[in-house]
Amino acid sequence: MKRTILAAVAATAIATTASAADFKPAVVFDMGGKFDKSFNEAAYNGAEKFKKDTGIAYREFEVTNVSQREQALRNMARRGAGIVVAMGFAQAAAVEKVAKEYPDVKFTLIDMVVDLPNVQSVVFKEHEGSFLVGMAAAMASKTGKVGFVGGMDIPLIRKFALGYVEGAKYVNGNVEVFQNMTGTTPAAWNDPTKGGELARSQFDRGADVVYAAAGGTGIGVYQAAKDSGKLAIGVDSNQNYLHPGTMLTSMIKRVDVAVYDAFKSAKDGTWKGGIKVLGLAEEGVGYSIDEHNRSLISADMEAKLEKARSEIIAGKIKVTDYMMK
Amino acid sequence: MSAANKAPRWVTLALVPAVNLMAAFFIAGLIITAIGENPFAALEVLVYGAFVFPEALGFTLYYTTNFVFTGLAVAMAFHCRLFNIGGEGQAYIGGLGVGLVCLYMGGWPFPIVLIVAIMAGALFGGAWAFIPAYLQAKRGSHVVITTIMFNFIAAALMTYIMVEILIKPGQQSPESREFDPGTWLPFVHEMLGAIGIEVARSPLNLSFLIALVCCVLVWVFIWHTRWGYEIRTVGHNESAAVYAGISPSRNIIIAMCISGALAGMVGINEIMGVQHRLILDFTGGYGFVGIAVALMGRNHPIGIVLAALLFGALYQGGSELAFEMPNITRHMVVVIQGLVILFSGALEHLFRPRIEALFIRKPDAVPAQAAE
Amino acid sequence: MTQAQSGPAAAGNLPPALALHGINKRFSTVHANKDVSLSVAKGTIHGIIGENGAGKSTLMSIVYGYYQADSGTIEVDGERVSIKEPQDALGVGIGMVHQHFMLVNTFTVLENVVLGVEGGMTLGTGMDAARKELEHLEKEYSLEVDPDAIIGDLPVGLQQRVEILKALYRGAETLVLDEPTGVLTPQEVDHLFRILHALRDQGKTIILITHKLREIMALTDNVTVMRQGEVVANVKTADTSREQLAELMVGRSVLLRVEKTPAQPTDVCLAVKGLNVIDGNGVRRVKDVDFDVRYGEIVGIAGVSGNGQSELLEALSGIRPVDTGDILFKGENLAAMDGHLSRWVREHGMGHVPEDRQHMGLVLDFHAFEDTILGYHHDPLYNRHGLLNYNAITGQCADWMQGYDVRPAVPEQKAGDFSGGNQQKIVLAREMERDPELLLVGQPTRGVDIGAIEFIHKRLIAMRDAGKAILLVSVELDEIMSLADRILVMFDGMIVGEMPQGEATEQQLGLLMAGESTNVQQGAS
Repeated sequence: MKRTILAAVAATAIATTASAADFKPAVVFDMGGKFDKSFNEAAYNGAEKFKKDTGIAYREFEVTNVSQREQALRNMARRGAGIVVAMGFAQAAAVEKVAKEYPDVKFTLIDMVVDLPNVQSVVFKEHEGSFLVGMAAAMASKTGKVGFVGGMDIPLIRKFALGYVEGAKYVNGNVEVFQNMTGTTPAAWNDPTKGGELARSQFDRGADVVYAAAGGTGIGVYQAAKDSGKLAIGVDSNQNYLHPGTMLTSMIKRVDVAVYDAFKSAKDGTWKGGIKVLGLAEEGVGYSIDEHNRSLISADMEAKLEKARSEIIAGKIKVTDYMMK
Repeated sequence: MSAANKAPRWVTLALVPAVNLMAAFFIAGLIITAIGENPFAALEVLVYGAFVFPEALGFTLYYTTNFVFTGLAVAMAFHCRLFNIGGEGQAYIGGLGVGLVCLYMGGWPFPIVLIVAIMAGALFGGAWAFIPAYLQAKRGSHVVITTIMFNFIAAALMTYIMVEILIKPGQQSPESREFDPGTWLPFVHEMLGAIGIEVARSPLNLSFLIALVCCVLVWVFIWHTRWGYEIRTVGHNESAAVYAGISPSRNIIIAMCISGALAGMVGINEIMGVQHRLILDFTGGYGFVGIAVALMGRNHPIGIVLAALLFGALYQGGSELAFEMPNITRHMVVVIQGLVILFSGALEHLFRPRIEALFIRKPDAVPAQAAE
Repeated sequence: MTQAQSGPAAAGNLPPALALHGINKRFSTVHANKDVSLSVAKGTIHGIIGENGAGKSTLMSIVYGYYQADSGTIEVDGERVSIKEPQDALGVGIGMVHQHFMLVNTFTVLENVVLGVEGGMTLGTGMDAARKELEHLEKEYSLEVDPDAIIGDLPVGLQQRVEILKALYRGAETLVLDEPTGVLTPQEVDHLFRILHALRDQGKTIILITHKLREIMALTDNVTVMRQGEVVANVKTADTSREQLAELMVGRSVLLRVEKTPAQPTDVCLAVKGLNVIDGNGVRRVKDVDFDVRYGEIVGIAGVSGNGQSELLEALSGIRPVDTGDILFKGENLAAMDGHLSRWVREHGMGHVPEDRQHMGLVLDFHAFEDTILGYHHDPLYNRHGLLNYNAITGQCADWMQGYDVRPAVPEQKAGDFSGGNQQKIVLAREMERDPELLLVGQPTRGVDIGAIEFIHKRLIAMRDAGKAILLVSVELDEIMSLADRILVMFDGMIVGEMPQGEATEQQLGLLMAGESTNVQQGAS
C-alpha cells in the first residue's frame, strides 16, 4: 500500500507530462454527491458510459466541504490526470487557481466559465430548454396556473425559472406562474419532503403543472404530482420514467454528453480550451418525449413546441437569459 | 473521601480518551473489513494522508484551525452552562464581517486590515450570538433552540446577500469578487518559504497562530480573570451567582457573545486566509464539529487543541482515504468520524468507570506491599 | 413512652436482625471503617450516632450494597449473607430511606412505590395489585399518603413517608434511615417518630443514623456511637445521657449550652419597616414585617421552615426584590436602590451566611479557595493587573482554614468534597472574616456535627461581643433559644411574636410557630 502511495507522490514531479499511453481521466463531483439523481449523477452516467465504451477507468472524488474542491483538483492534476472534469459553477474559483498552477493539465468545467487556455468551459442555455417546457406546461394546463419549484435560490435556478415563465406566457399571456425556492442551503438540493409540500401548496392554489429544477428535491415534487393527479416536469436527466402518466416531460440538459465528450476528445487529442455553449441548436438542452409521456403530449402541442424550437434557434424568439439581464 | 477516590489525572486525561479512540477505530475497522477493504491499509492511508505526505500536515492543521475556533466557542458558552449549537451560523456571519472588511479595505496596510478584519469577524459572530443570548437571558427562550434557528437564518441571510448584493456582476456563481491580494493572510508555505524553508503548499495560513493565541486568551480569561470567574459561577450554580451579586443574564450574554466571536474567527481562516472571496457554505459543518471537539477536549484549551488536531487529521486523512480507496466513499469517512464522536462523547462512560476503577485501588496496594 | 415494654424485651433470644463482624473499609488513604462490629436486635430501634465523617454512612452503604467491605461479615437473622448490590440487601429484607430522597418528582406516589418492581407484563394489572398492597401498608402502619398525588406537590414529610412505603413494599423487615429529620419541620419530626414507633411495635427493626442527640434519646432503644471509623460504645439508651453521648462522639467533653453574657445593644444597624416580599410565583411570602437589629445583639427568627424566613433573608441581602416597605441598613434604604444591590451591601459591611450552603453559599465544583472570594471577587485584594491573584487568594484561604479548623486544610480541594460542617466553616470564614457590621445567618448549623456547632456558636457570640449586629434565622429551637438575645417568631410571612431570650419557653415558641398567633402574642406583650 505504502509503496503505491509513495509512487504516486513520486509521480508528482512528472505528473504534468503524463503521456497519452496511460490516459487517466478524472471527475470531481460537487457537494451534491454523484448519486443526486440529477446534475452530478448525469456526469457520473457520462463517465460510466466512457468507461464502458473505451475500457478506460477514471478517477473520481466527491467533495464534502469548500476547501476540498481545490485540494481534489490539485490531487487529480498532480497524479497525472489526462483531463479533469469539474462539476458545477461552485468549482470555478478552484479550477481557475489550479489550472494556473498546472497549465499542461486539461480542465473541463461544467456550468461556468473560466477564461484560461487549458480550461474548457461548458455552459448550457437552460433558459431555452425551460422556455419549451414552460410552453408545454401552459398548453397542458387546464386552470391557466402553473408552478415552479426551485432548489437553492441562486442565479442559475432563476435562469431556469425565467425561461419557464417566458415560455408559459408565450403560449398564454394570462397564465399565472407560482414560484417557490426550496431553501437557502445546499440541503435544498436534496429535500424531497419539502419539495412535495411546495408542490402541494401550488396545487392547492390552482396550479396543475409544476416544473422542478431542484436536484433530488424534485423526487418529492413528482411524487406529489402523481398523488394529486397533476402533472410534473423533470429536469437535467430524462425523468419521464419515474411516474409514467403524470410526468408531462423533462427539460433535458446533456451533462452526461458533455462529460463524455470531454473525456473522449481529450483521449482522441481533439480537446480544445474555450467556451462551449450548448443550447437548443447544439442539442445540449431540450425536452423529452418517450413512451412514458407520449399520451400527454398531443400532436398539436408537439408541433407548436417544434416550431418554437426552430424559431429560437433561428433567433426569431428571444428568450431572456437571467445572467445577461 | 471522594477526593482521595479519584484515578490519577493521566488516566482520565490520556488513557481513557485513547481507549475510546481505539474502540472507535476498532469498530470502523470491522466495517471496513465488511466492505472488503483491508482496515490496516485504510488506517495507513488515513495516517499517511493526514500527516506524512508533503502537504498533508498543512491541510490537517488548516482544518485544525477551524476546529480550534469552533471548539473554543462551544467551550466558552459551556462554561456558562450554555449549549451553543449556533457556531455554524456565527461562523458564517463572522465570515461575512471579515469578507466585507477585505472587500472594502483593499489597499490599506495589511496589519490594519488584519486587526479590523479580526474585530469585524468577532463583532459579526458575537452579534449573531447576542440575539439568542438576549432571548435566553431575558425571556428564557432556550438557547439550543434559538441558536439552531439562527443557523438557518444565517444561511438564508447569506444566500440573500450573496445572490442579490455581493455577487460579482455577470457571474453565475454566488461569489463576491476576489479580494485585493494585499488583504490576504499569508500562507504558512509562503511565510516559511520567505525564510528559506520549503514546504508544500497548503491552505494553512497565519490564522493557525491566531487560533493558538485565542487558546491562551480563553484560558486566561476563563480561569484567571474575575469575568471568567463570574461566568463559571453562573455556569456551575446560578443561585450561588445571584447570592454573590453576579448577574446570570449579563454573564449569559457575555459568554455567548464571546462564544460567537470565537466562532466568527473561522471567517479569518476561511475567507481571509484561504478563499480570498466571499462564497456560500464556507463553514462546511465546522460549527457542529466544534461541539464534539469541545466535548472531547473537556472544554479546556489544551484538550481542544488536541481534539481539533484529531478531527483535522480525520478530515484530511479521511478525504485521502476516499481518494485512494474507491470502496470507501465519503459517507464511510463520515461514519468513521461519527464513531469517534460516539465513543469519545456519547459513550464516554462506557470505559471510564472500569478503567478508573483499575487505578483507584493501586495507591492502597503499594503502601501495603512496602510495609511487608 | 411505650418503648420500655415492647422494644428490647421483644428481642428475647431471637438471633439479631442484623449483625456486623469486623467490617473494614478503606478509601485510599482514609480508613473509613475500622473493625466495626455491632448487633441490632430484632424489633428494636437502634441508633447509630457519630459526627460527620465518623463512618456511619459508609457502614450503612456497605450494609445496603453500595460499597463492598474490604473485610468482615454481615449476618441477617443469624445467617451470613453476601450483599453486593442494593438488590441483594432488599432480598434479605433490608430497606433504606436515604437522606436525599430517591423519588421521581413527576410521578405519582403509587408509580414511585412500584418503580422497578412493577410486576406483570402490562402496567395495568400490576398497578391494581400494587394499589391494594399500598393501601394495606398505609393502614397497617398509619402512613397515609394519597397514592395518586404527584410527588413534587407533596411536602417533604410526606415524601419521606413515600420512601418508607417504598422500602416496606419491597418487603423490608429492617429499615435503615439516614439522617431522616434533616429536612423536616418539628411537627413532621414528631409524626415521623410516631410512625417509627408504630413500625417497631409491629415487629420491624429500625436503624437510625443521626448526629442529633435529641433524636437518639427520644427514639432509640440501643445506640452505637462511632468516632473516626470505629465503634466507641454500644449502650442501652436508657442507661446513658446526652452529655455522655456527646463526649463519646467528639472524644472530649462538649458544651451543649452556649455560655454568654447578657447583650449590650447600642445603635440600630438594620431597621425593617412594613416589608412585603413577593416570590417568583406571585405569592406574598413576607407580610408587613417590622423589626430592627442593633449593634451588639443577636436577633433570632424562629419558625417552621417555609414561613417566609428564606425570602426575608434574601430580601435583606439584596438578592430578592422588595415589593413594598423599607430596609434601612446603616441609614440607607436598600428598598429604594436598584442595580447591583447584593454587591453594594457586601461592600458596605453586610455578611450573609445563606440557609442553603450547597445551593447558594458555595459552588461545589469550585476549589475551596475559589469559593472564598465568592461575592468579593471584585475586591482589589484579589485582583492584580486585571487578573485574579491566586497567590493572595489561596494564601488567605489557607489562613482561614487554620483559623476555622477546616479539615482537610487543603485550599485546592473541591468544595463539594468537604463534609457539611467544613463547608459551612468555609462559608462562615468568608462572611465573618471581612469583619462585617451586620451578619445575616441562616441555619448556621444545619447538617453540621456537634464539635463544629460548638465552634460556630462561639464565633457568633464573639462577633456579637465585638459589637456587631447579627440576625439569626434557624428552625432549630435549641439554637435560637441559646444564641439569640431577642427572639422573633415568623409564621405565614408575618412576625407573630417577639420575646427576650430569658422569657421564652419552648412551649410558647412552639405555639407561636404553629400559628396560634393572636392569643399568645397578646398574652406575651
